[in-house]
Amino acid sequence: MTTTVQPAEEIALIKEVDVHLTIKRFNPETDVRPHWREYDLKLKSSDTVLNALIAVKSTIDGTLSFRRSCAHGVCGSDAMMINGENRLGCVNLISTIGTDLVIEPVRGLPVIKDLVVDMEPFFAQYRSVLPYLIANDDPGYKERYQSPEERARFDDTTKCILCGACSTSCPVYWANGTYIGPAAIVNAHRFIFDSRDQAKTERLDILNQKSGVWRCRTSFNCTEACPRGIKVTEAIEEVKRAILYDRS
Amino acid sequence: MNVHYHSYDAVIVGAGGAGLRAALETAGKVRTAVITKLYPTRSHTGAAQGGMCAALSNVEEDYWEWHAFDTVKGGDYLGDQDAIDIMCREAIDAVIDLEHFGLPFSRTPEGRIDQRRFGGHTRNHGEAPVRRACYAADRTGHMILQTLYQQCVAADVNFFNEFQVFDVLFDGEGASRRAAGVVAYELATGDLHVFASKGVLFATGGYGRIFQITSNAHTLTGDGPGVLFHRGIPLEDIEFFQFHPTGIYGIGILLTEGARGEGGILRNGLGERFMERVAPTVKDLAPRDMVARAIHAEIKEGRGAGPDKDYVYLDLTHLPPEQIDAKLPDISGFVRTYLGLEPKTDPIPIQPTAHYAMGGIPTNVHGEVVIDGNNTVLPGLYAAGECACVSVHGANRLGTNSLLDINVFGRRGGRAMVEYVQGVDHPDLPRSVVDPTRERIDMMMNSTGSEKVGAIRGELQVAMMRDASVVRTGESLQEALRVIHELRDRYEKVTIDDKGSVFNYDLTEALELGSLLDIAEVLVLGADARKESRGAHWRDDFPTRDDANWMKHTLAYRDESGAITLDYKPVVQGRYEPMERKY
Repeated sequence: MTTTVQPAEEIALIKEVDVHLTIKRFNPETDVRPHWREYDLKLKSSDTVLNALIAVKSTIDGTLSFRRSCAHGVCGSDAMMINGENRLGCVNLISTIGTDLVIEPVRGLPVIKDLVVDMEPFFAQYRSVLPYLIANDDPGYKERYQSPEERARFDDTTKCILCGACSTSCPVYWANGTYIGPAAIVNAHRFIFDSRDQAKTERLDILNQKSGVWRCRTSFNCTEACPRGIKVTEAIEEVKRAILYDRS
Repeated sequence: MNVHYHSYDAVIVGAGGAGLRAALETAGKVRTAVITKLYPTRSHTGAAQGGMCAALSNVEEDYWEWHAFDTVKGGDYLGDQDAIDIMCREAIDAVIDLEHFGLPFSRTPEGRIDQRRFGGHTRNHGEAPVRRACYAADRTGHMILQTLYQQCVAADVNFFNEFQVFDVLFDGEGASRRAAGVVAYELATGDLHVFASKGVLFATGGYGRIFQITSNAHTLTGDGPGVLFHRGIPLEDIEFFQFHPTGIYGIGILLTEGARGEGGILRNGLGERFMERVAPTVKDLAPRDMVARAIHAEIKEGRGAGPDKDYVYLDLTHLPPEQIDAKLPDISGFVRTYLGLEPKTDPIPIQPTAHYAMGGIPTNVHGEVVIDGNNTVLPGLYAAGECACVSVHGANRLGTNSLLDINVFGRRGGRAMVEYVQGVDHPDLPRSVVDPTRERIDMMMNSTGSEKVGAIRGELQVAMMRDASVVRTGESLQEALRVIHELRDRYEKVTIDDKGSVFNYDLTEALELGSLLDIAEVLVLGADARKESRGAHWRDDFPTRDDANWMKHTLAYRDESGAITLDYKPVVQGRYEPMERKY
């Protein structure tokens, strides 16, 4: 027997819209400094900012460079500044963010070309916090046990996709070349609070240095910028508290 | 154009799950370079959601043999049973490995790795769905990718990020050919890099971008298969391309089968649970090819939903809201973001989306590339993951078996490559090995034609979706072929705007389009020749499986002139006799 339920309402109407893009361009082979270029195009209201950039690239100006891959917010390629805020291009729809878009590369990392920034300093900071499980006991041929509560303790910070939106929204990160940045702290947090890990002290020592968590001025920019909804500032605060109270 | 020279024992091309898993085997043992056109964490393994199956029996009785049976049957008897046995047996170990690497699996109340139901995975040879998929919420792929990358950081793996491979090198001629490295283009500088290497493992992922509606990343353009095909390596079973039943309507973003594993139901425009008619035992958890066809049929017969009656619903509204939050948080977010709907109260419009290539570079169970119907190994050349065809997925992959494949065969390929390279000398390469790549790039940079990459790619994707996707006929495939040939001619006249050497994606997209056209043509030729319906390959004009004539793998070869010929090789049979596929 086939069961039946009430069909759903229709999905929101998709309209054609005029979009005006203002993009900060820079080509290191021809430009002395960055400059603004404007583009007008017709898109669907359901298109994303990334769709808009792809449309510019494929129909108006193929020299525009930007990174993209999954196009639905899980790969972290397309963090950029959209109307003054760090966001992923692929998870922001024209219908919600508007048709007048100002797009710049993220701040705090060197611009290479257009929206492409040098991610190496960012990944070096990530690597510096020992971002991998360190557990020296031999678990044998079975899984280590971990209760759902222990697993939940660090769930939020496992969501990080290393897009860099948090670190490059942080005023301290912009101003201070040595601050390790929120993303690295998030990835340290993910292991510090994992019940299976045994290198909590080493990581807390790293984050207790001058480049570490004490640089954070709790501006919450990182939390607002995170496309994964990670409570970044809270994670940093938890690491600060662990340094003060839990370090063995 | 500057050219740099590197010498390694092993080169891995691609840094998704398979490439990283292979790297963990080679790192510290042989000098390894991992080359990726992205950053490793951008790879599409990270988009996998639902789980990775292994008969751990953590929550209910299960055996790897049951898993193997399901995989053979799910693949509609085109999978090689020796390889399937290996995958399902080693699955258990592969999951435990990942846990030891730190993967944050979702847990049972007792603290063990939790398991859930998934399409086509059953208890005791089809009796009922079984809880076999190990998972981490609905971001299992993300966790696997992150965990493997973390371990690569720990192992100090040598990455060449944002280097794109455009050629593979060989030492020797004809039958004495062995792998000798690759040529890569550095995106940041436009320089070319010759990587001389004793072993080369390709792990470049799929090529879903030949289709208009796809769950695949923009970057999944078949780079590895494309490069090897041009160097005379055959491609296997390309006509078998999986459409995942539940892509977000109009966009194709994946909504995991885990949603149905958690109790989600498919409904047509009338609100009917149509899978009850199609697969009375497992219903919504039938294999993907069957569900995708069922959706296609609902829409074709006028029972679709929406103004154009061209989608159906994935209904989660009866699930407890806290279960949706805990088990399906990411896909709920996608639905809110892209459709503006709330999955707790609104049924979700979905349509089948091009998802996974069952076919690819032919390999044996050690990840060694085999180049003919006799499974002759080409020494030093390996492939693993979606770009490879072992074949464990046959004509239709079961959900979760891709994350399994990358782990089992990434590990196997890496190990086999270590063993091989420790026993052979470094290849000798003349400077001229870089010339073909340099000429290709120069030609594209200096082209003055009138055709644009985006237009050709878009037309290819539309034609493939219309004529070579869930349901095919001889007529539709001929039409697809006609379009591909026309687009090939236009591709000769393609031109790019960007003539620079720094992050010139205009150039790389143009070169990627060449691979897309090649693979699309192979797909259509294989599909047109195969006069039967099996797994994901459905022919309305030949609607039954024909084991007498077609229980064999397709091998497509390209000769120097660009002509494509088809050959076949037998399926490796085993303990499971072909039977009618009912669920």
